[in-house]
Amino acid sequence: MNGTEAATVPCAQMAEIARDLFAQGGRMQMVYAWHPEPEVTELLYFASPPEGGRFLLWRCRPEGNPPSLARIWPSLGWYEREIMDLFGLAFANHPEPNRLVLSEDIPPPFNGSAPARASRMADIPRPLPAIEAPEVQTLPFGPVRADVLESAEFTFFYIGEQIIHYHPHLFFKHRGMEARFAGLTPRLGTVWAERVSGVGSVAHALAYCQAIEAASSCQVPRRARALRVLLAELERVYNHLHYLGHLANTTTLKVGEAQGKLLEERAKQINARLTGSRFLRGLLAPGGLRCDLAPGGWLSPALEELRAETARYVDLLERSDSHLDRLITTGVLLRRVALDQGATGPVQRASGIDRDLRRDHPYAAYADLPLVVPVRSEGDAYARSAIRAAEIDAAIAMMQRVLLLLEDGPVRADCTPAPGAEGLGWAESPRGTLFYAVHVGADGRLARVKIKSPSYSNWRVFPFTVHETNMMDYAINEASFGLTIAGCAR
Amino acid sequence: MALWTFFGLTEGKATTPWPRRGEADGQADVLGMPRFAPEHCQEGCAVCAEICPTGAIAPRTEAPGGIAVDYGRCVVCQLCTEACPTGALSPSHDWAFGVRRREDLVWLETPAPEAEPAAGQRAFRRSLHIRHVDAGSCNGCESELQALNNPFYNLHRLGIFFTPSPRFADLLLVTGPVTHAMLGPLRATWEAMAEPRWVMAVGTCAVSGGIAGGGYACGNGLDGVLPVDLYLPGCPPNPAAIIAALLTFQGRLPQRVLGGRHAE
Ligand code: SF4
Ligand code: SF4
Repeated sequence: MNGTEAATVPCAQMAEIARDLFAQGGRMQMVYAWHPEPEVTELLYFASPPEGGRFLLWRCRPEGNPPSLARIWPSLGWYEREIMDLFGLAFANHPEPNRLVLSEDIPPPFNGSAPARASRMADIPRPLPAIEAPEVQTLPFGPVRADVLESAEFTFFYIGEQIIHYHPHLFFKHRGMEARFAGLTPRLGTVWAERVSGVGSVAHALAYCQAIEAASSCQVPRRARALRVLLAELERVYNHLHYLGHLANTTTLKVGEAQGKLLEERAKQINARLTGSRFLRGLLAPGGLRCDLAPGGWLSPALEELRAETARYVDLLERSDSHLDRLITTGVLLRRVALDQGATGPVQRASGIDRDLRRDHPYAAYADLPLVVPVRSEGDAYARSAIRAAEIDAAIAMMQRVLLLLEDGPVRADCTPAPGAEGLGWAESPRGTLFYAVHVGADGRLARVKIKSPSYSNWRVFPFTVHETNMMDYAINEASFGLTIAGCAR
Repeated sequence: MALWTFFGLTEGKATTPWPRRGEADGQADVLGMPRFAPEHCQEGCAVCAEICPTGAIAPRTEAPGGIAVDYGRCVVCQLCTEACPTGALSPSHDWAFGVRRREDLVWLETPAPEAEPAAGQRAFRRSLHIRHVDAGSCNGCESELQALNNPFYNLHRLGIFFTPSPRFADLLLVTGPVTHAMLGPLRATWEAMAEPRWVMAVGTCAVSGGIAGGGYACGNGLDGVLPVDLYLPGCPPNPAAIIAALLTFQGRLPQRVLGGRHAE
């Protein structure tokens, strides 16, 4: 696959490969399945290499049940369960072989010939612990929650204020988006990518387009690459501002909430003024941009004003003890857990893991730009919020640089992948690493698109910071992770 | 906290006087549904229908221009406006697409007159309580619904409130194409509401399924699931479009779109 260092291996060898990768300090990112030919299933394992360089890919065609790697790489557990649901392919010795993304017993959607539930040893969708102590109470909450929120169901086992165990069920919103790409032209696929996670429209479209571009081995013109950075950073800014406001809501700092949300609104209005879309949709295309953007003279001062107001706002948050007291030491994510469970984005950077795709695997025009990657070590809600605040400032500084250096030129190259081509694309979304892998069919249309979203990773991690904590801190902790459910459930 | 007093003051000033006064709806540059002018269509041309990702535009020989346009399916991707060689489909700022009848989203040569709000809906002129259910959105629609309570739009000033309890809600506001897994919880929420109760479909997903409808996990929006009293397509509809639709529901603003045409 273009964009990777690929090897074809027997599935039985994957356990050894996974252990070696762990020992060398690489990181498994995802595994997914597809049908290269009818009746043939192939597994693709992606990893970040220990040192920089290209992403690693192992492909294998299982005969019988492939070994589960979830005991070596816990973060792969969900990916394997999803394959069991969607392809009816069982992994041997999976530690929690329960249904994950499907809500009912239907035949595996990607493999109509397999019977429903053929693949699983157990078929309860929610692996809840059996707790018999009478003092432990159970509180199921959702999927319709209070206020305007995405649907998900959370189960709390608790005594008094103390949460003993916590289990989120996140796939009520599973729309089967990956399957919806099949049969689309590569150009049209962008419309779907923009609607996997609305507040990540740019990151999703960008990773998708870059995957198509990798499959086509084409070069995106310089101006388009620079403008892509502008769009991606605008997305980061409005997301992080929303996050700060929402976090203030959970600590009941009302004015702080209002101000964060007002700044988010300003940022969205800037998006609309520049592009016609508050979510920056409808701009990206394989090969560059759908049309040129003319950032007028107004943009730079507008961004500078937003930056100054944000700095003042963050400064006030930093001096609000009632707010800080609720964040500091809340929801601590240990570095070890962050690594094992696959935390990503600001969440991992708040737990001392210094990774950012923009720097480590540069795309668009990031290699030419001064990039600040804030990292902290506390791993608590405060650290996560401080990382995001610092990223707003860095993003605006970077956009100013883009505007300063922007050159005239074309914004689109022809990028038509050949039949059978494959490509991997990625982006550091506001929430972390996002991958798109695309397989083009013999007819030139999309045959399989796999999406690895950052919220899928961080939702997997989040419960580890909830078990054995206090009910009162729950909402703050959840807000501090900055998760989406649409991105996770797809 | 004295620290925040200054922000408290600016917050008051941040609220737009729209829709009571002025034009400052915050959407000056937001692109809306493509405007359709069939008199510009060329004989036998249907490039828009070929590119349209959701079938909002479909070839129909007997229709004006040879195509049928259903804004209830439009995801505002603007691909048709880029493809159209004559400007028969052109970019616009028409986004106030909240309608009482689904048919009003379909482009018609001669639109039918506006449907009157049902008598019960007028009762909410003074205050309206909404229960929101996300039935499988991409979260774009939620992002705009959440924006309604930011200081700029400040929905409360119009006497409209979101409530956690379906029992106290007059209006069920639904986003998303209705995934199979959300069908049950959605129905249960509706059933928990006291009558009279009303339903609003927000976003193209809820109106018709949008990009997500169909497939192994999703329905095609609210039609056939719940009785819908107000349809608002858009992907997502912007906060001002949502406010305008809510006021239309209450009979406080006239419906802007009839027969797929947006009044000036
Ligand atoms: S803007 Fe609407 S009508 Fe035009 S191509 Fe996109 S979805 Fe179809
Ligand atoms: S209508 Fe558009 S923005 Fe709203 S949920 Fe559907 S895809 Fe997302």
